[in-house]
Amino acid sequence: MIELRELTKRYGDKTAVDRLTFSVRPGIVTGFLGPNGAGKSTTMRMMLGLDKPTSGDVRINGKRYDQLRDPLQYIGALLEAKAVHGGRTAYNHLLCMAQSNNVPKKRIDAVLDLVGLKEVAKKRPKGFSLGMGQRLGIAAALLGDPKILMFDEPVNGLDPEGIHWIRNLMKHLASEGRTVFVSSHLMSEMSLTAEHLVVIGRGKLLADTSMADFIAENSRTFVRVRTPEPERMRDVLASVGIRPVFEQDGAMQVEGMAPAQIGEMAAWYRVVLHELSPQKASLEEAFMQLTAGSVEYHAHEQGPTPDGRNGQAGRRRR
Amino acid sequence: MPHTTRVLRSEWTKIRSVRSTLWTLATALTVTVGLSALICAFTASQFDKLTKQEQLTFDAVQTSFSGSGLGQLAMIAFGVMVVAGEYSTGMIRSSLAAVPQRTVFLLSKVFVAGTLVLVVGMATSFLAFFIGQALLGERSVSIEDEGVLRAVLGGGVYMTLIALFAMGLSFVLRSPLLAFAILMPFFFLISNILGTVEATKKYAQYLPDQAGKTVTAVVPESLNRPYGPYEGLAIMVAWTLAALIAGWIVLKQRDA
Ligand SMILES: Nc1ncnc2c1ncn2[C@@H]1O[C@H](COP(=O)(O)OP(=O)(O)OP(=O)(O)O)[C@@H](O)[C@H]1O
Ligand SMILES: [Mg+2]
Repeated sequence: MIELRELTKRYGDKTAVDRLTFSVRPGIVTGFLGPNGAGKSTTMRMMLGLDKPTSGDVRINGKRYDQLRDPLQYIGALLEAKAVHGGRTAYNHLLCMAQSNNVPKKRIDAVLDLVGLKEVAKKRPKGFSLGMGQRLGIAAALLGDPKILMFDEPVNGLDPEGIHWIRNLMKHLASEGRTVFVSSHLMSEMSLTAEHLVVIGRGKLLADTSMADFIAENSRTFVRVRTPEPERMRDVLASVGIRPVFEQDGAMQVEGMAPAQIGEMAAWYRVVLHELSPQKASLEEAFMQLTAGSVEYHAHEQGPTPDGRNGQAGRRRR
Repeated sequence: MPHTTRVLRSEWTKIRSVRSTLWTLATALTVTVGLSALICAFTASQFDKLTKQEQLTFDAVQTSFSGSGLGQLAMIAFGVMVVAGEYSTGMIRSSLAAVPQRTVFLLSKVFVAGTLVLVVGMATSFLAFFIGQALLGERSVSIEDEGVLRAVLGGGVYMTLIALFAMGLSFVLRSPLLAFAILMPFFFLISNILGTVEATKKYAQYLPDQAGKTVTAVVPESLNRPYGPYEGLAIMVAWTLAALIAGWIVLKQRDA
């Protein structure tokens, strides 16, 4: 069990993590989501006692990280940035970590085997590919056979087979009763592995919910209607109490009516339709909607916007 | 096994498992002994051409350790690589995740590296002395002469302290590039220049290397300092402690 209480980190006048309070429960995979720069990595570094919180604190099984004796036997972490000396062989890297944390030597071979790095155990990570480096980081996390595992974007740099492998590994670790806390900015990735979700944006907690609830609430269906007479169509819909949402290019999204009903109504009022298509918002869109107000770095849209001016607006969804 | 012992073992594994780091120690020994031998051989052949004053203040022990001016740079490189290398590679995050007790971490690292440097430093100092004296021939002194053993032991301690000073400063600077850029020119050039220029001389003699040098001398007049060999050593120890304490404070305060 990891508990964060009012965890805050400021860099100068920038608040990277803003009064985060949540707990990570054992026995499940908890996904930690947020757009770039949301503060995921910073939060994880504070959990490991690497960065000092400006205020608030993190407890691991009730203790501060630096109060843990042999911390690698409690919690193993794969960090975002490389944390390996390129000139020290994979085996020796794990050996020095095992020695300080009272981990038996045979665990080194076991984890190297598990992550598929047995053949390069005596090689220096300087020459490792991105994926191999990632696997060494995962081996280090698993070294102390810890009850809690933390992965910061573990699929980074892995090939499809590696991604598949890490997904199964996380599920397997959770099925053994371990706490798995994993960050990502891909909702689709999380929906495959995580049972619980913690979403942050600009350092603030946006959602702390089970995956099932999130899906139920957010898998919105609607009908996209495109017409040369949007004002008339809006009035038609308003007559039955429905308020469409306009998309940037003028199409409207109608919720609460089947396509057939909308089509019949349009025909009755003689409104020309160019498009009438049922849509299902993806989880990714739901996630983007949730974090829309708090996206740190907006991509500037290419080309002019519908009203003819050059698009300075971010990739913000309404 | 107590916690500290395990951290010490882990730090020992770290040091011995990076080849480039070990090479700096081999370099420190080879350069110091080799260059000292060259200078001794040259001095022996040219001794009659020295001025009266130079002959009177000739220090056979210092001469046989004169290659340390260059060799110490490799010792500094060792100190920088052991500490700042953790930061530049990101290893520091693994290290501190494994040993979050930062004081224990620093002390263990300094102790292990310091012990290794002391062994290499002593070997360097004694080798340089015996080879140098053999080459100096009739100008040589014996290890049993007054102050000589102290000076030779002092040479080993000097090498150790200069590496520890570099370690302390590296904990402050955290970047190998920055640490090299400051320490190398300083100990190779700046300190010597300040020690030679009349205006800065009386302050420069309190710099760590200038002060520490006195412990390797047996003819005090050759250096002309207002303090003795042990005071000189104490000044260098003070600098080293100050660097390590500064490093400790930075390590305790800053994010990894
Ligand atoms: N050492 C630092 N100094 C100053 N600002 C920092 C530092 N570390 C992080 N930040 C800032 O804090 C914010 C959060 O960064 P963080 O790396 O935690 O985000 P993230 O959610 O992990 O993003 P990503 O998905 O891109 O990995 C960012 O705006 C970043 O610029
Ligand atoms: Mg990150």
